[in-house]
Amino acid sequence: MPGAYAYYPGCTQESSAKEYGESTKLVCEELGIELHEIDGWTCCGASSAHTTNHLLSVALPARDLQVAEEMGMPVAVICAMCYSRLKYASHELNDPKTLALVNEVIEKDFQNTTQVLHLLEILDKERIPVRKPLKRLKVVCYYGCILARPKKVTHFDDEENPQIMDRLLGKLDAVSIDWGFKTECCGASLTLSRRDLVRDLSHRVLEAARRAGADCIVVACPMCHSNLDMQQAGIAEQHGSKADIPIIYFTQLVGLSLGLNPGRMMFDRHFVDPQPLLREKGVI
Amino acid sequence: MTTTTVIPSVSREFLLAVQQESQQNVLRCYQCGKCSAGCPLAYAMDLGPRRVMRAVQLGLKDYVLSCTSIWICVSCETCSVRCPREIDIARVMESLRMISVEEGFSPAEKEVEIFHRAFLEVIEKRGRAFETELVASYSMGGVGALRTSMGNIALLPGMLSKGKLAIVPPSVSGANDVKKIFAKVREIEQRETSGGSE
Repeated sequence: MPGAYAYYPGCTQESSAKEYGESTKLVCEELGIELHEIDGWTCCGASSAHTTNHLLSVALPARDLQVAEEMGMPVAVICAMCYSRLKYASHELNDPKTLALVNEVIEKDFQNTTQVLHLLEILDKERIPVRKPLKRLKVVCYYGCILARPKKVTHFDDEENPQIMDRLLGKLDAVSIDWGFKTECCGASLTLSRRDLVRDLSHRVLEAARRAGADCIVVACPMCHSNLDMQQAGIAEQHGSKADIPIIYFTQLVGLSLGLNPGRMMFDRHFVDPQPLLREKGVI
Repeated sequence: MTTTTVIPSVSREFLLAVQQESQQNVLRCYQCGKCSAGCPLAYAMDLGPRRVMRAVQLGLKDYVLSCTSIWICVSCETCSVRCPREIDIARVMESLRMISVEEGFSPAEKEVEIFHRAFLEVIEKRGRAFETELVASYSMGGVGALRTSMGNIALLPGMLSKGKLAIVPPSVSGANDVKKIFAKVREIEQRETSGGSE
C-alpha cells in the first residue's frame, strides 16, 4: 500500500542529478506514494564530514532526522550517500550517550525514532502497474559501494550480492544480468582530486558491464552516475575504450514502464545519451 | 630495486588514540590480508590496508600518518564488511585522517584534504552543497587543486548546457541550524581538549 514519507532529496537533486529527483517525483506521484519534502532540509555531510569529524558527521544528518520525527513519517531517500549517512547516524544514535551529545549540538529533543528507507526498499513492496514493459532490455544493476554496506547499519540487502534492484527491473520486463561488479566502487568523491583513480575504477565497472553483455547500467546513486556517465568520454580517452554505455537511474526506467512521457525522464541531461538505445529497443 | 629505510617513532599512545577515536580494537587484526585483497584502491596506495593496520598495532605513528593510503581510501567499506575479525577498517582509516589533521601532518594527498575542507566550508555557509561554489573553492585551494580542477574543464560546456551546474546558490531555511551545528561541535571539541578526556 502506498504510504506517506518525509522526503530527503539530497543536494545533487538541485543540480547534477536533477533527472533522478524529477523522475522520482513523477514515479511516486503515479504510484500514489506521498513525498513530503523535509522542511528546510540540509546536507548530510557526505564523505567530507565523516572524514573530518565524527560528531559532526552524526549531528548533520540528525538535524534532518529530527525534523522528520516531528513530521511523524519515515524518511524516503534516493541518494546512496545520503542514505548511508542517515542510516549511520540512526545507528550511532542508538547509543544514549551519543544521542544526548548530539541533542546538545542540534539543540533539540530528538528521540531517534525516525525510520530511514531508500526508494528501492519502498518500491520493493509496491505493486508496479507496468503499462509499457521494457521489452527484455539487457541491464546490469549497479548498487555502488555504500547502499548495501555495512548490513549491520543499513539492513538493506545482501552486502556482496544485493537483489532488490534486479527484482524491480525484472518486474518491468527488463533482463537483469548477473555480474560481479554490483557493489564495486566507482572511485566516489575522488573525482576532482584524483580523477585518474576514478577513471581506473569506473573503467573496470564499465568493462565488466560490457563483458556481461549489458545494453546499459542501472544506478541508484548520483555520484556513481556522475563518475560513470560524465567521466565516460575521459575514461575512454585514458583507457582506449569507447564511451557507449548509457547510465540510467532506476527511477527513469520505472517511469518509462509506467507509461510516463519519456521527455519528462530528462534523458537529454546525460552525457552518454540513452535515447538511441531506448529507441532501438522500442522502449521509447 | 631500491629500498627505503624508515626509522619510525614507536608509540603505544598512538595505538590507544586510534582505538579511542575509531572505537575499534585494532589488535584483533591477525594480518590475513583480506582487506588488501578486496580494496579497489590498494593498487594506488603506498601501504595497503593490511599494512596500515599492522603499522597502527606497532604504534608507528609518523609512518602511518604520512602514508597516502589514508587519503586515497574512499570509505567504500569493502574491507570492513569482509574482515573476519569484524574490525571496521574504513573507520580506522577515517580516524587516521582525523588524527593526522589534528596533529598537523601534511597530507600525503593534499588535494583530497583540500576537497573535503572546501566541501565543509560550503555546507557550513549554505546549509547544502552548492557544487558550483565547491568546485570554485576547491580550485582556489592551491596549485595542485587548480591543476586537477582544470583537468575537468572539457566537461564545463556540457555541464552548463545540460543544466548540471546550478548557477544560483540554494536558499535553505535550515542553513542557520547548520552554522550553529558547526559552532557547537567546535565548542564541544575545545571543551574536551581543555578538560582532558571524558
